Amino acid sequence: MPATATDRAIEAVWRIESARLVAGLTRVVRDVAVAEDLAQDALVVALEQWPRSGIPENPGAWLMTTAKRRGIDELRRRAMAQRKQELIGRELEILQQLDQPDLAAQVDDVPDDVLRLVFMTCHPVLSQDARVALTLRLLGGLSTPEIARAFLISEGTVAQRIVRAKRTLSEAQVPFEVPGRDELAQRLSAVLEVIYLVFNEGYAATAGEHWTRPALCRDALRLGRILAGLMPSEPEVHGLLALMELQASRLRARVGPNGEPVLLGDQDRARWDHLLVQRGLAALRRAERLSRALGPYTLQAAIAGCHARAASVEEADWPRIVALYDGLAALTGSPVVELNRAVAVTMAFGPEAGLALVDGLADDPALRGYHLLPSVRADLLVRLGRTAEARDEFVRAADLCANDRERELLLSRAVACGA
Amino acid sequence: MRFMVLVPGNAESEAGEMPSTEILEEMTKYNEELVKAGVMLAGEGLHPTSKGAKVRFDRGTPTVIDGPFTEAKEIVAGYWVWECASRDEAIEWLKRAPFDGGTEIELRQIFEFEDFGAELTSELREAEERLRDQVAERE
Repeated sequence: MPATATDRAIEAVWRIESARLVAGLTRVVRDVAVAEDLAQDALVVALEQWPRSGIPENPGAWLMTTAKRRGIDELRRRAMAQRKQELIGRELEILQQLDQPDLAAQVDDVPDDVLRLVFMTCHPVLSQDARVALTLRLLGGLSTPEIARAFLISEGTVAQRIVRAKRTLSEAQVPFEVPGRDELAQRLSAVLEVIYLVFNEGYAATAGEHWTRPALCRDALRLGRILAGLMPSEPEVHGLLALMELQASRLRARVGPNGEPVLLGDQDRARWDHLLVQRGLAALRRAERLSRALGPYTLQAAIAGCHARAASVEEADWPRIVALYDGLAALTGSPVVELNRAVAVTMAFGPEAGLALVDGLADDPALRGYHLLPSVRADLLVRLGRTAEARDEFVRAADLCANDRERELLLSRAVACGA
Repeated sequence: MRFMVLVPGNAESEAGEMPSTEILEEMTKYNEELVKAGVMLAGEGLHPTSKGAKVRFDRGTPTVIDGPFTEAKEIVAGYWVWECASRDEAIEWLKRAPFDGGTEIELRQIFEFEDFGAELTSELREAEERLRDQVAERE
C-alpha cells in the first residue's frame, strides 16, 4: 500500500525528532532501551492519530508528552496485572521520573542530551558493529530494515545487534553523560571512528555489487555535521567532517558508466560536487584554526584539500602533501601511510626517491600480502624505464589481489610492460 | 536530495532596513537548528534590488536595466540550500521557519549533475568547474 502524504510527513517528523526524543527520554528514565520503546510507542500513536487530527504544531513536544503518558499507562497496567498496588524498584523509579509535570518542556532545554546519546551509542563496552547499528538507529533515525539494506545483512541480525547493544549498555550501567576531560579524547576518537566507518562503508563498499553506496555517505555526513554543531571547539570533529565532505565531493566522479571504480587521476573533476568542496575546505580551515598540532583526520582532510584545490593530479602541491604524510606517518606509524607517502615523494621529487622508500618497506611484516606494495613498486619501475622488473611486480600484485576488477587491471598492465 | 528555499523580499528589505532584533534572533535560532541537524549546507541574504540590475536579452542585443525592480513578486531577498532525505523532510523543516503575515516561501529541488544527463557536455562541465573553483578559491 503506498504511503499517504501524512504517513510520509510523519516519517519526516520522526527523522527530525527521534534523536532528541530518545536522548531526552534516556536522560529521564536512565535506560536507552526503555527510552527507545517509549519513543516508538509515541510514534505508533502518532501514526494512528495524526492522519485524522493533523500534525501538531510542535510535534517534538507532542511526541515527548505522548511517550511519557504511554510509559506511565504501561507501568500502571503492569502493576495491575501483577496484582500489586505499587511497582517495585526499577519500574517505580522510571514511573516517578516520567511523572514530572514539565517533561515536554525539558526536551529542548538540554542540548547536550543528543551529545550524551552519541557517547553512549559509541561506548567502548559495545562491539564496533553494535556501535554502528545503534548510532544509525538512534541518532541517524534509520529503521532496522534501512540499516540492514545499507550493510547488506538481514533485518534479524540488525535487530538482534541493537537489542543486545541496549542490554549491554543497561547491564554495564553506562552513564548518560559526556565524558570528562581525562577520557574525552579517547572517547571522542571512538565516536569519530564509528562515523568514519559508516562513511567508508558507503565510499568504498567492502561488500555488495556496487563500488559505492552514496546513501551511507550521506548518513555519515549528516552525523558528522550534527557532531560539528554539538562540539564546535573540537578540531578533529571538523577535521573528520572536512575529510568526509571532500571525499564525498568526488563520489559521483568515482564511478564509471558501467559501475567500475574511477581513481583520482582519471576522474572528471567537473563531476565533483563543488558545494561540498567549498564546505570541506571551510571545515578544514576551522579544524586548522582550532588545532595546535593537526590530528589524523585533519591531516587526511588537508591532503584531500590539496587535491581539491588542484586542477589535476600533477598540479597538486605535492611537497606539501609529503609534509602532511610526514605528520600522519609520525602519528599513526602505519606502513600503509608510509606507502602513500612514498607515492607523494615520487610525485614531488621523482621516482628514484619514491622507490628508495618503497624498498625500505619491502620487509615490513604488516605489508606482507598487501597487493598495493608490489603494485606501487611496479608503477615506479615503469617510470624509471625498468619494464621487465615492473612486469614481475605487476604479476605479483595481481596474485595477491582479491578484487577481480582490480586484478584484471594489474594483469593488463603487466602485459603492457612487454614480454 | 538538495533543495533551495527562496525567501521573498518586501518593502523593508527593499528599503535596505535590517530586520528587528527580535526577528533576527528568531532567524538565528532557526538557522542554528538547521545547522545542528546537519540540514543546512548554505544560506545567504541578498542586498535590495536597488543595488542589482537586470540584463534583458532580445534580438541579439543585451540591454541593462538598473534596479530597483518594481514587480514585488520577482524579488528574492535570500535563500538557503538544504540537504534532506526527502521532500517531506524539507517541507517539515520549512514549516518551522519563523515567518508570518502571509509570506510565501518557495521550496525547490536542486538539479544535480545526474539530472542533466547528456545535455551538459563534458567541455561545458569543465568550464563550469573552473569557474566554480576560482570562486571557491577567492572565498
